[in-house]
Amino acid sequence: MNVNGIKAIYGYEMARMRRTLVQSIVSPVLSTSLYFIVFGAAIGSRISEIDGIAYGAFIVPGLMMLAILTESLSNASFGIYFPRFTGTIFEVLSAPVSWVEVLLGYVGAAATKSIIIGVIILLTANLFVDIRIAHPLVMLLFLVMTSVSFSLFGFILGVWADGWEKLTIVPILVITPLTFLGGTFYSISMLPPVWQTLSLFNPVVYLISGFRWSFYENADVSVGISIAITSGFLLACLLVVRWIFKTGYRLRS
Amino acid sequence: MPDILTIRDLHKTYPGGFEALKGVDLDIDRGEIFALLGPNGAGKTTLISIVCGIANATSGSIRVDDFDIVDDFRETRSRIGLVPQELPVDAFETVWDTATFSRGLFGRDSSPQHIEKVLKSLSLWDKKDSRIIDLSGGMKRRVLIAKALAHEPELLFLDEPTAGVDVELRQDMWDVVRELRENGVTIVLTTHYIEEAEQMADRVGVINNGEIIVVEDKTRLMQELGRKQLFIQLQQPLDALPEPLSDLPVELLHDGHELCYTYDTRSESTGITALLRTLQESGIHFNDLHTSQSSLEDIFVDLVRRTE
Repeated sequence: MNVNGIKAIYGYEMARMRRTLVQSIVSPVLSTSLYFIVFGAAIGSRISEIDGIAYGAFIVPGLMMLAILTESLSNASFGIYFPRFTGTIFEVLSAPVSWVEVLLGYVGAAATKSIIIGVIILLTANLFVDIRIAHPLVMLLFLVMTSVSFSLFGFILGVWADGWEKLTIVPILVITPLTFLGGTFYSISMLPPVWQTLSLFNPVVYLISGFRWSFYENADVSVGISIAITSGFLLACLLVVRWIFKTGYRLRS
Repeated sequence: MPDILTIRDLHKTYPGGFEALKGVDLDIDRGEIFALLGPNGAGKTTLISIVCGIANATSGSIRVDDFDIVDDFRETRSRIGLVPQELPVDAFETVWDTATFSRGLFGRDSSPQHIEKVLKSLSLWDKKDSRIIDLSGGMKRRVLIAKALAHEPELLFLDEPTAGVDVELRQDMWDVVRELRENGVTIVLTTHYIEEAEQMADRVGVINNGEIIVVEDKTRLMQELGRKQLFIQLQQPLDALPEPLSDLPVELLHDGHELCYTYDTRSESTGITALLRTLQESGIHFNDLHTSQSSLEDIFVDLVRRTE
């Protein structure tokens, strides 16, 4: 295993985060805090509890997921798309690193950033409301699995995109609606039955539900199914990435 | 010891159907400077890209230091350094960071001493903390060379290293190349500047339309394929070639002020004595004469034309 190679890519990506500190960390924290103030404090004060949980506290897991999904996707896709765009990718392609090592570097760094952002949001939220975490290990499992799988998804997006437009269109057209409709701000059980059923086709519902369960033991779907679906998504992304490197799709002509 | 690079029956067909390489065989000797010449689109960069792992071969085999480039890619790639033709650089990184990154990426333990040595040899030391975006084009080229040398490769590919580079950098670069060769590094370079190949290379290969036309020791290539020409400055201009000269490979140049006689250095008799005698008998007087040897460029153009 080329450990120095992994360290080089990982270190490079983390340095990129430090260079763009405002964009990487401050802006997601700021926007989440705004959501929190608007939905949690302003509107939430008029909404009573959901399933015995204060509304402000109820939305915290969903807000964390929203930030983690968006940031994983944009960091990982940008991390691999930018070298493709500038041509510096030639160096990684010609280096003695296997696809697993390339992933550990790029996806590892993107997932690390997401986890850092998630934790910062949690700490920020803790200033506004009382948060308890019933199952810290499960919470950590969801945090890591979501960060890794959506970073992988971002990596795929960054390899697939052949222009800046495609790079931004997937997060805007797919991820944002899925997250907003995935139960960030409400419980699925509050919806009419038809919409409840439709929601079950939204994978983000399982992420947020499972994540929220780890906080408040309150879930729309069973936590086992949540873990299974998240693992399935992670595995699917891994298989696609392996295929990308095997065939050289858009990386090696 | 095995050859540093062995290429056998290498084919590359792009998805669109374009056949970039049509069965290339090539052996590179350890420690030599090999110049790969060829017109644009001949397949030079494709060939290098496949050896380095940037592009996939359609078929054929490539071994670097007797390791297969696919099965033993770690062994082969850690031995290879590549300076690409384009200038893809990371705008916001510093020179020091980007060279250190390259060394790590290629699996080497960090060595500030080596990076310092490389940067100094390329006159980049005082720029080590500059961001690459702030450097000139020539400096960026130096940075790319530094990156390629950061992991101490045994086989260095320089793809058009002097395209758009000023005289000073070119000289510096050749100094570095010579020093690398003295330290046992094998160098494969592609270039449009044939005079460079003529000055630097031990052996020359010519590629055209995806096929290697010739691989030859540079001196021998120039001897074998080179023609010599004798130029004779006439006292009185001639309107046409006189009868006794018309059967010889003689041309009249500069409005009849100069005669040019082309001959083959390898043949037993060059025919120069006979030519001069004929001139004297025909009453043609001359002031001066000089000879010139065809350059590698002439040979190259000739070869490429012959295969088209």
